[in-house]
Amino acid sequence: MTDPPKTAPARAGERAHEAAHEAAHEAGVLLDDLGIRRALVRISHEILERTEDPGALYLVGIPNGGVPLARQIARNLNEIADLELPIGVLDTTLYRDDLVARGSRPRLRKTEMPSAVDDRVVVLVDDVASTGRTIRAAMDALMDFGRPRAVQVVALVDRGHRELPIRIDYVGKNIPTGRSDRVKFRAEDASDGAMEVVLVRGDADGGATS
Amino acid sequence: MMGRGLLGIEDLDRDDIELILETAAHMKEVGERDVKKVPTLRGRTIINLFFESSTRTRTSFEIAGKRLSADVVNFSPSSSSLSKSESIIDTAKTLDAMDPDAVVVRHKVAGVPKRIADELEAPVINAGDGAHEHPTQALLDLMTVVEKKGRADGLTVTIVGDIAHSRVARSNIYAFTKMGAEVRVAGPPTMLPANVESLGVKAFGSLREAIDGADVVMALRIQRERLSGAIMPSVREYHATFGVDRAKLRFAKEDAIVMHPGPVNRGVELSHDLTDHRPSVILDQVRNGVALRMAVLYLLAGRPQPRPTEEEDS
Amino acid sequence: MARVLIRGGRVIDPATNRDEIADVLLEDGRVVSVESNIDARDAELVDAAGLWVTPGFVDLHAHLREPGQEYKEDIASGGSAGAAGGFTSICCMANTDPVNDDPSVTEYILDRARHESPVRILPVAAATKGLKGELITEMSALVEAGAVAFSDDGKTIMDSDMQRRVLEYSKMVDRPVSVHAEDLTLVRDGVVNEGPVSTRLGLPGNPAAAETISVARDIHLAEITGGHLHVGHVSTAGAVTLIREARNRGIHVTGEVTPHHLVLTDAETAGYDTNTKMSPPLRSAADVDACIEGLADGTLDAIATDHAPHAVHEKDVEFTEAPPGVLGLETALPVVLELVRSGRLSPAQLIAALTCNPAQVFHLDAGRLVRGAPGDVVIFDPERRWTYDPAKGYSKSRNSPWAGQEMQGRIETTLVAGVVVYHVDRGVLHP
Repeated sequence: MTDPPKTAPARAGERAHEAAHEAAHEAGVLLDDLGIRRALVRISHEILERTEDPGALYLVGIPNGGVPLARQIARNLNEIADLELPIGVLDTTLYRDDLVARGSRPRLRKTEMPSAVDDRVVVLVDDVASTGRTIRAAMDALMDFGRPRAVQVVALVDRGHRELPIRIDYVGKNIPTGRSDRVKFRAEDASDGAMEVVLVRGDADGGATS
Repeated sequence: MMGRGLLGIEDLDRDDIELILETAAHMKEVGERDVKKVPTLRGRTIINLFFESSTRTRTSFEIAGKRLSADVVNFSPSSSSLSKSESIIDTAKTLDAMDPDAVVVRHKVAGVPKRIADELEAPVINAGDGAHEHPTQALLDLMTVVEKKGRADGLTVTIVGDIAHSRVARSNIYAFTKMGAEVRVAGPPTMLPANVESLGVKAFGSLREAIDGADVVMALRIQRERLSGAIMPSVREYHATFGVDRAKLRFAKEDAIVMHPGPVNRGVELSHDLTDHRPSVILDQVRNGVALRMAVLYLLAGRPQPRPTEEEDS
Repeated sequence: MARVLIRGGRVIDPATNRDEIADVLLEDGRVVSVESNIDARDAELVDAAGLWVTPGFVDLHAHLREPGQEYKEDIASGGSAGAAGGFTSICCMANTDPVNDDPSVTEYILDRARHESPVRILPVAAATKGLKGELITEMSALVEAGAVAFSDDGKTIMDSDMQRRVLEYSKMVDRPVSVHAEDLTLVRDGVVNEGPVSTRLGLPGNPAAAETISVARDIHLAEITGGHLHVGHVSTAGAVTLIREARNRGIHVTGEVTPHHLVLTDAETAGYDTNTKMSPPLRSAADVDACIEGLADGTLDAIATDHAPHAVHEKDVEFTEAPPGVLGLETALPVVLELVRSGRLSPAQLIAALTCNPAQVFHLDAGRLVRGAPGDVVIFDPERRWTYDPAKGYSKSRNSPWAGQEMQGRIETTLVAGVVVYHVDRGVLHP
């Protein structure tokens, strides 16, 4: 009837298949490591400019890509303004709006909110923004952790196709794409490892859909 | 394989078990929040179909479902279909017509969840059937052991008690052997089922030998009516020979933990002081029960609709 | 009267050691001759070219449920199922309601059979009144009324003295006592064979020893009484061994085995399908093997169906609550032909177990194709494949482990007393 939840080997095979597919269709690097780091420095300055009480900032990365980006922004803010800010990790999976049918359920990722969000200025950090649904889910999740003073959103890449009235406060780069294209953010595991953003062109038959 | 429900650990492979445990660990974090509720199964209906009463398990499933925002309905028909005009199959079909997204079944006869699952569109989760399986209990036991020991692989797990009549024993035997542990069973020969070794365990007629070098000692709940002569002469003799106490535990590894699926007959399966104190982890088992059942409901609940859940990247 | 010529089939009649292409001529309900190229121009022709022609099958063990449980089966539906399965003589067990422990019930069954059944129905009367194991039935009157054997089947006479009296008294009427051999104190609540399967499924086990203990007791009682012990539905290697030894010692013991105990093991129970619940239960592969061996070496005389219809609502319950038993009449032949295809039995051994052997065990005038014998003949294609759907069968019930499965071997024509009572295309032709 429907597929069982994906198991690890199935996923590994899928990833290998996906990687091969991407290699064949990769249309190029949209942002290299240097470009990403420059964009994050600019965003860090913008955050400081727009926040009245920078000491109240709380960076929350949305896994997986948002987490290393949030860390990098925190490092920047530490260097620029000597701020020691909390960094949270907030998985949005349990708040998604598409978990309707039985079938493969997305794997959950870690949520770790080290300090309370009440009265903090929470900056949600995501790698690639598009429909706005993940940000919506993240905001709902955040509200379950308390009542932040304000919520702002960082996206390294905004590729458009918004489906909800969500505004991204800080954008690294606007990249108009086709609906069938995929924009992938990759980061090496090391805390200051290399990062890049690549475009994967969708198949003519629309094999890659998001 | 999982997918059509969770009827027994025997049907799972190691990857399924790992996925459930990993998901349960994340669910445990939800339970530690101020607001212990996520909207994941909003609008979904879960029916707790308990033909045999079990307040603990039913409550655990109920809390798990509610923490995921599902509507949880408890339905407890009289225990045997013979006492009513409706067969279990009729009951199942009637419930299915109400479009539940999961049905959690407990019955005193082995195989009933399977028979019901054969008739239902909704996935069936076995909450204990006769002396067959109790998969969520074994998974929460496994979760607890992995939390305490960091792994199950290579551990020695001794299960003590009435193996013949225990669904918890069977599910745990499958769960721990699939995860690479050595499983031993111990009990009076009248409480060991025929060909118990065919389940992949070593059988012992002496608790001391069975416990020697064990990392985990799991005592099973004994039905008191079985301790009155038919297969065990007396409670006193049971406790003396197979009750776990600190003296017998000395033969286990120094850091061994003691488990029990509850509720404990104090002074029978476990000595009084072991019931409430380290190294017993009974309350951790209960706590993990909710998270584990949340994980199972998250992974399985839903009626069959061919709608893919694409991961969005926005 | 009408003459019927069955032409050109492979005639297998173990009673006369015949296995050759031949014609069979029936007249006035009886066999006239079996030879090649019979010239009988005025006879009705039945073309059997490419088919096997054997005596009609004799079933020593079926539950036709009439009187009392006609919602499960009755003499008309059970007799029709028999005709469709090639059985021309069916011995029906006494556990009806009321129990067939009184000549009036025996006569009722025979009267119903005369009017309703396309095949011969031969009542087995109860050995004890009400199947209670307390008082011997009026065996003499029952035989007078038409009972062919005695049995409390479904229940074991646990009182050894009572069982001894039954075996002793039955000698007076020279009829066999067919036993359901299970030590019920050992079976207790067991519903599947005790072993790795019962342990895996978590269902209460019924140990093989329950059967062997009971068979051993009954053999000893047959030995001291000289009565004719017939062991019903043998299911264990231990029982086969005991019967073999007893026969070697000259004790009057015969035995039967069901099609399901010859081909299915307890592994079939894995899905908790109540249509795999039998009494005695399906056993291990070693037991199945021993039963086949017993049939091959003559330790076991007959294949008997233990046709046990139960309504859907009775089987759609918890495994422990479901009544034991499965349908057998319509599937017996294709199921046991598997033993010929696998080389375990010769065609003659198999046909003997379905015809002359059971006839001999119950002293029936049936099961052989010789001049003057009843014109009961079955014609079948051992290769033809078909799919069994109990809903389309003749039994009122559907409790078969073979439902929906492809079968190989199909009854083409069944004749009783020289009259076609079943044809594969025309169905059962009522008398």
